[in-house]
Amino acid sequence: MASSSDKLDRRQFVGNGVRIAGAIGLGGFVGFLAGRRGSADDTVWQIDPNKCIACGNCATYCVLDESAAKCVHSYPMCGYCELCTGYFEPDPNDLNSGAENQLCPTGAIVRKFVEEPYHEYSIDEALCIGCAKCVKGCNAFGNGSLYMQVRHDRCLNCNECAIAVACPSQAFVRVPASNPYLLKHKGTGA
Amino acid sequence: MMVVAVSAAAALAVERFPPPDFTDHQLPQTTTPHGRWLGWEYFDMAALAAGLVLASYFALGRRSRKGLVGLATVAMVWLGFWRQGCVCAIGAIQNVSLAVFDPSYTVPLTVIAFFALPLLVTLFFGRTFCAAVCPLGAVQELTLVRPVRVPGWVDQSLGLVPFIYLGAAVLFAATGAGFIICQYDPYVGFFRLSGNAAMITFGICLLVIGLFIGRPYCRYLCPLGAIFGLFSRVSGRHVRIPPDECIQCRLCEDACPYGAIRPPTVPQTPAERARGRRRLGWMLALAPVLVVVGTGLGYTLATPLSLVHREVRLAERMKLEEAGKVEGTIDASDAFRNTGRPARELYTEAIALRERFAFLGGLLGGWVGLVIGMKLVHLSIRRKRDEYSPDPAWCVSCGRCFEYCPSEQQTLIQELPTLEKSGV
Ligand code: SF4
Ligand code: SF4
Ligand code: SF4
Ligand code: SF4
Repeated sequence: MASSSDKLDRRQFVGNGVRIAGAIGLGGFVGFLAGRRGSADDTVWQIDPNKCIACGNCATYCVLDESAAKCVHSYPMCGYCELCTGYFEPDPNDLNSGAENQLCPTGAIVRKFVEEPYHEYSIDEALCIGCAKCVKGCNAFGNGSLYMQVRHDRCLNCNECAIAVACPSQAFVRVPASNPYLLKHKGTGA
Repeated sequence: MMVVAVSAAAALAVERFPPPDFTDHQLPQTTTPHGRWLGWEYFDMAALAAGLVLASYFALGRRSRKGLVGLATVAMVWLGFWRQGCVCAIGAIQNVSLAVFDPSYTVPLTVIAFFALPLLVTLFFGRTFCAAVCPLGAVQELTLVRPVRVPGWVDQSLGLVPFIYLGAAVLFAATGAGFIICQYDPYVGFFRLSGNAAMITFGICLLVIGLFIGRPYCRYLCPLGAIFGLFSRVSGRHVRIPPDECIQCRLCEDACPYGAIRPPTVPQTPAERARGRRRLGWMLALAPVLVVVGTGLGYTLATPLSLVHREVRLAERMKLEEAGKVEGTIDASDAFRNTGRPARELYTEAIALRERFAFLGGLLGGWVGLVIGMKLVHLSIRRKRDEYSPDPAWCVSCGRCFEYCPSEQQTLIQELPTLEKSGV
């Protein structure tokens, strides 16, 4: 009987050793990871507007039914054009807000007269589906003041952003959570 | 040089039409709404720690299946539906791998906690995380209605998949090719009630299978479960089926829907023992061969595999386009040309990536060989068991088997009058 309890004791001893070694190893690894990250900020996903080619994937690849990536407007960069190529279809029938003239499939852009000949274009974010059609139009013939951004009040901050996987221009980058937008500014183009 | 090219392109893009100077019109501000309050991160970590303590207590201390089911429900609501499946202990494997190989990546604190705490607890108490804290485990635990038994050999063979999946996930994360565990997470669409069609279909299939086959993801896919299995083997305190002594009544034999209960061993005849020993010898000899073959295969397959990485894919495409072997361009190659970077830079990068793939692919192949070899060795080793006991690698500490044990019934009945007396 003594031998069997000896055996148990030995098993217990070896087991404890393995567990403690495992715990120390795990602790060391956590220390290494913590050291690697240092005091850096956690990150969130954002679109680098200089890389984005307005392909339209943002609208369809987000895990949310209504994409977290939407169009925003840099007003100081905007030419306030009467014929906005982000707002109007190519060759519009008329320069008015008739749905058949608009590029935006959901009518999310609001066109407001300011003074002759200037018009202000703002985004009704609740309607925007992030298709980037307007961004493409504005980049092609306008000032590039319309651009795509991940809206953080909507974004779930997926471990790996599903749009990032599908983005052909690798425009999705991880940015510090405390400074989560990559805004375009007048003059810099970004 | 690159910077100059980019800013020149950007400068071209702006001010085709000079922005007007309004005197009496205020320009609107571009809004920048913030995300979740960062303090929630600490709450998540605290909730995880509390969940692990409670789960271990319910499984080992109270031996309360009800407690575990309640906690699993809370976990499913909190980590699943409320946090929408991110942050996740399984996915954390990838962040951690990426952090090891890419120093520029910041691994979030929550991710470190979700990676390390469950492993630590499993090392000492078995897979109590799986029992009641993992939201994926919880979904499967709560949707199992009519368990059917899976034949042992199917169980053992499919049980190899998680190890292979683990190796592949680490490879893809470490090379920066992507987070495949997140891309193929079957239940996240259910938590978010949205997602792409293929993944929703996969999720629904697994949910339906899970009505009859207990925890299909945990047993045959979960890469973290593979690590848990190894850690749990050495856990000092693991759930037991009987509260005290096993009387070998065999009532619990079929109680486990996850095929984790192992019967006591019967003594072997010397002839059987000799045969077993010979078998073990063969398997031990086979294992290194498998490792070598696996390494070779992995190394060879790594080149086609590297096409998973978009940088490599883009380089291939660019080369074909430059050589005039394909017509036209694609979005990705257009975008690359727009950046003004020389193609040579891309090619050098792709070659470096391919080398990394070859190295890690060899490792992955060797790992798969090792896993198969170790499985064969493991199946050839007999360990003496005196009672019906859960296999710590497979048991998820769900507590279903407790009530099958007559000793447990006995203790419950004994506890009843005292409870009544104390007015509960
Ligand atoms: S997927 Fe990329 S390139 Fe396409 S619109 Fe979105 S950010 Fe722009
Ligand atoms: S065109 Fe597309 S991206 Fe632009 S505002 Fe409309 S929905 Fe949004
Ligand atoms: S991180 Fe997720 S929610 Fe946010 S934009 Fe990407 S896919 Fe959509
Ligand atoms: S606690 Fe019992 S029923 Fe549950 S997994 Fe373990 S052995 Fe199976």
